[in-house]
Amino acid sequence: MASLWRYVLAGLGLAALLAGVLAAVYLTAPQAPQRAGSEIARSKKTANGLFVARFEPERGVVRQGELQSWLLTLKTDAGTPVEGAAIAISGGMPQHRHGLPTSPQATDYLGDGCYRIDGVKFTMSGLWQLHFAISAAAGSDTVVFNVLL
Amino acid sequence: MNRFSRLFALLAMAVFAGCGKPEFSDAEKKTIASLALSALPPLKADTTNRFADVPAAAALGATLFFDVGMSGDGKVSCSTCHKIDRQFQDDLPRAVGVGRTNRRTMPLAGVAHDAWFFWDGRRDSLWAQALAPLENPLEQAGSRAAYAHYIKARFGERYERIFGPLPDLSKVPANASPLGSDAEKAAWSTMTEAQTEGVNGVFANIGKAIAAFERSIAPPMTRFDRFAAALATGIQPPQGEDALSPEEIRGLKLFIGKANCATCHTGPRFTDGSFHNTGVPPVANLPPDRGRIDAVAQVEADPFNCLGAFRDGDASACGELRFMVKAGPELIRAYKTPSLRGAASRPPYMHAGQFSSLDEVVAHYSKAPASVEGVSEIHPLQLSDRERAALVAFLETLAE
Repeated sequence: MASLWRYVLAGLGLAALLAGVLAAVYLTAPQAPQRAGSEIARSKKTANGLFVARFEPERGVVRQGELQSWLLTLKTDAGTPVEGAAIAISGGMPQHRHGLPTSPQATDYLGDGCYRIDGVKFTMSGLWQLHFAISAAAGSDTVVFNVLL
Repeated sequence: MNRFSRLFALLAMAVFAGCGKPEFSDAEKKTIASLALSALPPLKADTTNRFADVPAAAALGATLFFDVGMSGDGKVSCSTCHKIDRQFQDDLPRAVGVGRTNRRTMPLAGVAHDAWFFWDGRRDSLWAQALAPLENPLEQAGSRAAYAHYIKARFGERYERIFGPLPDLSKVPANASPLGSDAEKAAWSTMTEAQTEGVNGVFANIGKAIAAFERSIAPPMTRFDRFAAALATGIQPPQGEDALSPEEIRGLKLFIGKANCATCHTGPRFTDGSFHNTGVPPVANLPPDRGRIDAVAQVEADPFNCLGAFRDGDASACGELRFMVKAGPELIRAYKTPSLRGAASRPPYMHAGQFSSLDEVVAHYSKAPASVEGVSEIHPLQLSDRERAALVAFLETLAE
């Protein structure tokens, strides 16, 4: 009788140990990689602080797998629209070692510092990065926007 | 003792219930819903082909698709490789038309949803795609002048009811093409501009008719779709005919989770429609095959591409070609993500039939070997035997 007690207690002890180990593993597991170290602000200062850039889908929603137009709005710190900017776009998915599935281009200047960026397409879910190299009368600067799908 | 044994039994029950009950998180349920056939949007109009949804054009296209007269040797049609009773593919590692090709025949279910065609995307519309095999010496091996004569002789009246009057072909050589043999090229160079334009116009319309037919080929509902539909109504887990086995559910969870399959095999067609190097090895003794990187120049040079003279509608439909990625190391040995619907019942796999079973495919993605050229995008997964088997079991639910 006493030996059966011991087995039950040992079993419970082992179960508790297992639960402890599992809890430790779950609690210390790294966060999903795409959420680590990335912010998804739609508006930010460019790398050297030359401009304030805003990047948003022209129709408000991001749709996976479709060619979309986005808008890049450039202003100075004082809020003056940046006109006549030359914009080069690159990017990709850093976690999948590939670039963008398309080559987006600035196709139109809509006034008030706003440029239409055509040919943007996100083919899969995850973290995408778009790098903008901007050159205007005030100088050249870069900005990176993260888009999480 | 009684108390302890009761507690023990209770604990054991809780543990077993936890293991046996396949619960899905809200995020998993959302992903599963996005993969279901019910999430497939209606086919968009193809403004580059104004005959795309004309029933008479689709009917002529169906006739042409199965007509062995549409070949240089009178023995090969589209359906020789795209077999109607085999998901419009041929079960061969590499297609055999008039000659032996270097690529696996692609199935056609849902093909009209694609932006790029062939494994490497060397054509940018379904109708431009349909033209390429007609003149490829290894596939249908004909010349566009011969096809124009054939259409006039065999289907002249049907053609004209759909597309309008045929051009004057009376002085057009029997065989002529800018892409054919030396004799065909020489014959093409003797033709007037009006003659070449006329022949190219008929040739483009052949593609548009075949594309109109191919738009009707839709992926069928599968066991996975019934499961997803039941899950979406809140039944968890779906029972009876809508149920998946515990192993299939483990495979589904891996597919959308740890194994990262759904990153590229995304959406209701299980493809992102894009090009990726996944380290698939080349086939020995075949000519070098570099995938997407070599297709860029081909689609740009194609006179039947979206920016060419044979497109209907305006150029706003040409975004994919206009904003195409033209260079970059990630295009080397990059191939289009194939749909996984029905894949379990159509081995062999990959762009040149490299793998003979899904076990081999899953083992490849688990191991993730380096690419012979360029850089593979995939990372090793270290899946166990049990996990690999579960993934294969899940893939089979997409083919039943």
